[in-house]
Amino acid sequence: MVITDETIEYVGILAKLELSDDEKEQSKKDLSDMLDYVGKLNELDTSGVEPMSHTFPISNVMREDEVTNGDDKENMLKNAPESNQDAYIVPNTF
Amino acid sequence: MQDILSISAVDLGKKIAAGEITSVEATQAYLDRISAVDKDINAYITVMTEPALKAAEEADKMIAAKKAAGEELSPLAGVPIAVKDNMCIEGTLTTCASHILDNFVPTYTATAVQKLIDAGCVIIGRTNMDEFAMGSTTETSYFGATKNPRDLTRVPGGSSGGSAAAVAAMECPAALGSDTGGSIRQPASFCGVTGIKPTYGRVSRYGLIAYGSSLDQIGPLGKNVTDCATILEVISGHDAKDSTSAGADETSKQDERTTDYKFTEALVDDVKGMKIGIPRDYFLEGMNEDVKKAVLDAAEVLKSKGAIVEEFDLGMVEYAIPAYYVIACAEASSNLERFDGVKYGYRTSDYLDLHNMYKKTRSEGFGAEVKRRIMLGSFVLSSGYYDAYYVKALRVKALIKKAFDDAFAKYDVILGPVAPTTALKLGESLSDPIQMYLGDIYTVSVNLAGLPGISVPCGEDSNGLPIGLQLLGQTFDEKKIIRAAYSYEQYRLNNMSLKCDDIFGKEA
Repeated sequence: MVITDETIEYVGILAKLELSDDEKEQSKKDLSDMLDYVGKLNELDTSGVEPMSHTFPISNVMREDEVTNGDDKENMLKNAPESNQDAYIVPNTF
Repeated sequence: MQDILSISAVDLGKKIAAGEITSVEATQAYLDRISAVDKDINAYITVMTEPALKAAEEADKMIAAKKAAGEELSPLAGVPIAVKDNMCIEGTLTTCASHILDNFVPTYTATAVQKLIDAGCVIIGRTNMDEFAMGSTTETSYFGATKNPRDLTRVPGGSSGGSAAAVAAMECPAALGSDTGGSIRQPASFCGVTGIKPTYGRVSRYGLIAYGSSLDQIGPLGKNVTDCATILEVISGHDAKDSTSAGADETSKQDERTTDYKFTEALVDDVKGMKIGIPRDYFLEGMNEDVKKAVLDAAEVLKSKGAIVEEFDLGMVEYAIPAYYVIACAEASSNLERFDGVKYGYRTSDYLDLHNMYKKTRSEGFGAEVKRRIMLGSFVLSSGYYDAYYVKALRVKALIKKAFDDAFAKYDVILGPVAPTTALKLGESLSDPIQMYLGDIYTVSVNLAGLPGISVPCGEDSNGLPIGLQLLGQTFDEKKIIRAAYSYEQYRLNNMSLKCDDIFGKEA
């Protein structure tokens, strides 16, 4: 499968990645090679086969919706690249 | 007395319980060993010197108190254990071997690790890995490659290469790893140690930084089958914090195997009447002849001990890798969305606005292989391609599971190699991703089908490099593969002369 510049741009937006020109060229090649390779799956007739997400039978476990963890705000905010008192600081969104 | 570094985790636990050595002395011996050899091997990202010694002191006090009160001790009380750097430990740097998490200090501890701590284990350090567990060589780590202790010019395998190398180099008695497509079994094979990938749902994934959530599973790497079964017994069990963990819901409870965690009961040298199948389609072109011979010789050993061994056609073998990479990359692209430079981890220093900050942070924070997989995953989940790639792969997954179900209707255990080759030279495989992915042919299908698998040393190639035997069981049949592996190991210890047994001793 041929991957165009437009496709790489579009996938880059979905992936939230900003690739350099070299990375874009490499990514076009890698994506194309991988898609050709996984195209092998089309050799299999899967009509009537249900897509499988979970491999063994499991059912829901219900419980009361109660808070069990304590307030750990201070430690959590220590990991933030930038914070102010009780809040995460992010760049301007507009 | 054997050197304290060479004995198994369980034997060390016995010596500590008997008062022959303290946990502090054992922990210090391992810390000294790490100081002496890790500059050449790079198995650790973080060595937890001070917290480990403090935990060892606590363990010694706890052991003394329990003994005085006549209470039962865990077989691993006081034993140092290393943990792969993708499991959260409160207050301890947890990097996933990535630049994007190189300053991340979790506020909670993964359930599997907490269970070890509760058993009195001492967490001695955080082991190196492929970045976000994406790789088979431990070369994609932001903190540099780990070397194979058996040959420093070669890779240890991956992604739990640091854990496998640390055990092989006697830098810890045992370690936790995680396995998404072979990441415990393949490095165990390459380094000449033992590793178990449990059934999906057996061990809680709470606190394991997710790669492919439907495939990831935490498991032990150790010097022998006994150590691995003992650790698995400690870390298994239902966890309300992991909705995919088995054993509490009405459906899975109907099968008593889902709540049977007594894996050490299966440490029995007896395979009489056990039905073992060898997939004929595992032994095709491109396979190293030494690997083939060692694995088939191991099958003969089990046969001579009374197992019924026969060849059969498993089917679907060549479709496992393409299905795996579609599903794993799709899940990875979704799971890794959370790394955006807002709440934790790396943030780029120079940006225009919020969206630009996300993109630059991620582009600078992730390495090449991680970006490659996020791109593929984003593509196969995108509108217009979702059905053709992602849903198709999920249908193929159902066919792969069915092929295994058919096989396990006839056999108790499936026997085969872990990988088609032994450890490759450093730098040999990264340039051609597809070639690297082909090395995962015998391991990824096990994750797709959710099965348990064990890797046990079974030989050496002409260069003296370790070869691993892989034994697979039906979901929740860990006991069968542990029994088969233990029986094989007894033969190996008594009749073969592998380097791993010279290093670790033959008292298993």
